[in-house]
Order: sequence, then structure tokens, then C-alpha cells
Amino acid sequence: MQMSIVGCVMGAFQIISLDGSADEEHLPELSTSQMLKMYRDMVLARRLDSWLMRLQRMGRVAIHAPSEGQEAAMVGSAHTLESEDWVFPSYREIPVYIARGVPISEILNRQFCNEEDPLHGHDMAVYGSRRHKIVPAPVPVGMQIPTAVGFAMAAKYRGEKAVAITYFGDGATSKGDFHEALNFAGVFKAPVVFFCQNNQYAISCPFSRQTATKTIAEKAVAYGFEGVWVDGNDVLACYSATKRAIEKARRGEGPTLIEAFTYRLGPHTTADDPSRYREHAEVEKWRERDPIARFKRFLIRRGLWSEEDDAKLHEEIEEDIKLEIEKAERKRPLKPDVIFADVYESEPWHLAEERDEFSRFI
Amino acid sequence: MAVISLAQAINQALREEMRRDDRVIVMGEDVGRRGGVFLCTEGLYEEFGPDRVIDTPLAESAIVGVALGMAIYGLRPVAEIQFADFIYGGFDQIVSNIAKIRYRSGGQFSAPLVIRAPYGGGVKGGLHHSQSPEAYFIHTAGLKVVIPSTPYDAKGLLISAIRDEDPVIFFEPKRIYRSVKGEVPEGDYTVPIGVSRLVREGSDVSLITYGAMVYECEAAAEKAEKEGISVEVLDLRSLLPFDGEAIIKTVRKTGRPIIVHEAPKICGFGAEIAAFIAEREILSLQSPIIRVAGYDTPFPLVHEHLYLPNERRILDAIKRAVSF
Repeated sequence: MQMSIVGCVMGAFQIISLDGSADEEHLPELSTSQMLKMYRDMVLARRLDSWLMRLQRMGRVAIHAPSEGQEAAMVGSAHTLESEDWVFPSYREIPVYIARGVPISEILNRQFCNEEDPLHGHDMAVYGSRRHKIVPAPVPVGMQIPTAVGFAMAAKYRGEKAVAITYFGDGATSKGDFHEALNFAGVFKAPVVFFCQNNQYAISCPFSRQTATKTIAEKAVAYGFEGVWVDGNDVLACYSATKRAIEKARRGEGPTLIEAFTYRLGPHTTADDPSRYREHAEVEKWRERDPIARFKRFLIRRGLWSEEDDAKLHEEIEEDIKLEIEKAERKRPLKPDVIFADVYESEPWHLAEERDEFSRFI
Repeated sequence: MAVISLAQAINQALREEMRRDDRVIVMGEDVGRRGGVFLCTEGLYEEFGPDRVIDTPLAESAIVGVALGMAIYGLRPVAEIQFADFIYGGFDQIVSNIAKIRYRSGGQFSAPLVIRAPYGGGVKGGLHHSQSPEAYFIHTAGLKVVIPSTPYDAKGLLISAIRDEDPVIFFEPKRIYRSVKGEVPEGDYTVPIGVSRLVREGSDVSLITYGAMVYECEAAAEKAEKEGISVEVLDLRSLLPFDGEAIIKTVRKTGRPIIVHEAPKICGFGAEIAAFIAEREILSLQSPIIRVAGYDTPFPLVHEHLYLPNERRILDAIKRAVSF
């Protein structure tokens, strides 16, 4: 399927078919090791996700927003980023962090809120790292989108080649910030990529409750730039569409809206019960389109991977995660007065007084 | 030393900071060629060009949200909200995103930005061009909130705000943009955030106020003086953090605090000051703490001079305090 600007698109852009065969004409230029790295990141993200779900059920970590089923969209897009590029994620983007090179130890420190939690225990379910150029998401939906635009405008003002990419879901496209930010980006030709993971649910509300348009991608037309509709369960299609958008932004040709059409296989968060609002059969149908299984079939078909390799990889990853969980759980908890840290650069008198009062009760 | 208006002092602060530091950019509705609807950014577009004086789409949430992105990048954006009454469109961005970025990133990121907005009544602006929304922001950890009342303070505080490492909401009393003039030195100086200004010394009553109300308080103090009542006037200048020491000092001195602001009374900033005094200085009090504030109605168009605290109402409060 041709990748094309919405308006003339017939279907979502796809490279790998469900059976693992590929559209040779549109295969991106990726080395075997790059593709295997992408595959590894997807598997690692999936296994870590599964562990975090279980750890939450056991009461060992706080709330978790699972990414199962969306690994292709996140890993494929994040693999296009250069070291100077910046990420403005939402709260479901662990696969992006992994693709960006964040060690899982750091993600686990975060989840366990131990003394090495980079966010000092100040928020749930989100992650950020200056070193990896990831700005932690504000949890209210869609709020990071204007921030990404401002960052991109600043980079442009400074004549730097950095591109900002922001991740959000279909629910976010209903918010005013989505409109205001895309409108801004269009006006100023900001070097930004809007990556919408349409996982078809905003908690329980289906995509049809967010918009009357067929796609989200077509909304880009109203902002004067390109929208691309891509199969979000096809890692190579997501990679190609994002690479094109990032390069375009870097050349100074402005923003792109990418809609990766995918499916949230798990609940919205560990606090959600999706059986209340969707049929099991629907979930099963989408399990057949599992992005990891599809990419694996592609790799095996091309002789780049085998079932033995796969078993070994899963085993290795499982061992790694277990080890890192053990380490993260053994670290000391954050000190109570951390709740007074990071409010201002220097502490105003009223906070100093409140901290003193607080210290009498711990 | 040049005598200039409050609006001109703001203009001068912006211009000097933009000359000094190319990270400083100005953005908002009509701030470019128009120079701002109150002309606070007049001439900046001509001097610094469209990349640093940015006329934005009419979108308050994106104006402040984009400013945050610029600040995270390392710039020092000064975003203008055309009227404080329109800031609510960006409220979620300000309180959920900007105010909390330092906290929720574990100190990895911060928002060194300024949001300027003309506020307050007295210009026959009706209910959507007259409000005093400062309390909403003072209630939000991570923000600083500043309101100057003189040209000197406007320049010095705005420079401090631009150089501050945390986000500053900078409300400008538009009613006195032009009517109040004062000596303002050219070149660099700052007025520290968090420090009040003793406008006038007195021994019987303390008027604790800010913004355009400083002048109503001064006028009332003059009148009271003629009737033999000595009135101290404290201009807070910074509301978050506020100058607790100066409040304690004046309350200990007079024992009769009166808080004056334009914003509606219920949960207005006066409530916080009253509680602060009651918690710490109850034995210093010679009279109840009195608030003279806007009424708890939407801001009216007709008879706004009767809605706003004025000399008469303040003088009445002074007399109630001394006769208690």
C-alpha cells in the first residue's frame, strides 16, 4: 500500500502483511541488526509490561498503563529519532523509552519509587529523562502537545536541527490543546511530528465517540500540513512514515500528523476492567494482528530469525527483568521529605515552615 | 531620571532584557506590529523582528503551553495574555503543566517563563475585561505571582521575573498603566520577588494591599490623617511568595490590619493574609481583621466605581478599626 497524504488515501499504509510477507518496494533501508534491535525492543517492552501488570496486581508497584499491542507504533517511530531529537510522550510510552535506550533499571526505579527514581516519586505512570531527551508527560490528556510545538519552535529559532516528536492517543485529539497546538505548528512550520496512536479506546469510549471523521490523519488537512494514516501494528510502516516525517521536519518543511491505527489489547490502566465495555471476540481478533508476532513472521520468512533464536531471546530478557526487579525492589525508599523537593529552585519561607512542621510528624 | 508610565516601564524592562539576553522572546496576541493592545510591547517588533516578538494565533492554552516548550528548550519566553480575564483558556496548562514541571520531572526540567496579563477594573471593561484572578494562581504550588503598582517596581519586578528560574504570573494593573508615572532609572536593576514596599508609615492602622488599590489606600490614608488617624500602607508587590515578615511587623506596630483588594472577597487573597495574621499575631490585634474587597458578584459594567474598593469604603473601614 502506498504511503500517502490523507485525502487520496484508500487504506492505512502497510509494509508487512499479517502473514509476514512484505511490500518489497516500500521496505525501509534497515540493516539486519537494526531490525533485530527493533524486534528485541518490542519483546522487551512486552515482557516488561507483563511484569508490571503482575507486580501491580501483587501490590508491589503503583498503577501501570499497559502498552501491550502498541509496540510496533512506539518502537518503529522511536527508532527513527536521532540523538538530538526530543520526545514528549503521554503516559503509555514504555516501548518508546526502551527504543530510546533507557535502561529498564531506570524504568523500574521509577515504578518502585525507590531512592533512584529519577522523578523522585512525584508522579505515577510517567517517565522522563533529560539525558535521553524525554520530557515527562503531564497526565491530563493532550497537554504535552503544545509543549512539543514550543520546543520545536525554539529549536528552529536557534537554528538547531533537533526535531520534537509528541505521542498521544485518539482521546487527546478531542481536546482543545490538540487543535491549538497543531494550528500553531502549521502557522509557524514548527519541526515537530505529531504521533497519534489510535488504539481505538479512551478508557471505555470507542474511537467513534471522539470524532465523526473516518481517520485522525485527515485532520491535518485543516492545519495546512500532511497527515499520514499508517498500520500501527506494522513496525516497518510506522518506522517509514515517521522517518519521512522527521526528515521533512529537519529540512524545515514543517510538521506532520501521523495516525498509527492500532489496538490497546490490555486495560486502560491496572485500575480498569475492559470486559465492562468491549467483547472478548474483538480483543481476540486484534490478538491475531499482534505486532510482535507479525514482525517475527517477517524476520523468520527472510531467514533473519528462528524459533530457537526467539526462545533464547525471551529467556534472556526474562532473566534480565527478574534481576532488575530484584535490584530495584532492594533499593531504599525515598525519604519522606522528598515531597517538599523540586517545588521551586529555592525554597520560599512558607514551604520551609511547612517542611519543619512536617518533620515533627515523621 | 526619566519619569515614565507603568506601561512604558514594562516596555523598557522587556526591551532591555531582550537586548541583554537573546533567549528572551515575547509572544502573544497582537504583541507584534500592534505593540500590544496596551502598547506594552510597542517598538519591540521593529527592533527584534518577528522571530523574537511573535504574534500568535488567538489561543491562550497554546500560547502558554508553547511558552513552556520554549522554556524547556532553554529560552526565556515572556507570554502575554491580552487580558487576565482570558487566562482561563490557558489555566489547565498553567496549573497542571507549567507549575508542576519541576516537581513532576524530579527537578530535571523547569519553566523559567513569565506570563504577563493586564488585570483589574476601573476601565469600564465589563465583566470580561476587568477581573482579578490572582487567587487561583496563588493557590498553585510551583508558581510565583507578582503585581507591581509603580513604574519603578514594574520594571524591576519584571526583570526579576524574566531572570527567575520558576514560572512567574505577572499581573499588571491596567487601570494605572498610564495614569501612574514615576522615576525609572534606565539600565539594569531588579526588585526582588517576595519583598513588599512600605508606601507610607503610620501607627494606628495598617492597610495591606497591592496593585491599583495602593493609590486608593494612599488617598484614604491622607484623609484619615486629617482626622488624626495615622495610617500605614504596605504594598505587597509579591503575592506568592508574600512578605510575611513585613505583615507581622506592621500588625505588631498598629494592631489594626485592613486588607484591600479588588478581587472578590470570598477566598480572595485577603482571606489568606487574614488567616496568616490570626494564626501568628492574634495578641497584637486591637481590632478585628477587616477586608475591603470587590463584591462576590461577576464584575459589573455599570457602577463599577461603586463595586471597586474606593477611598470612601477604605476610610470607613479605618474608622471602624479605630473605634472598635
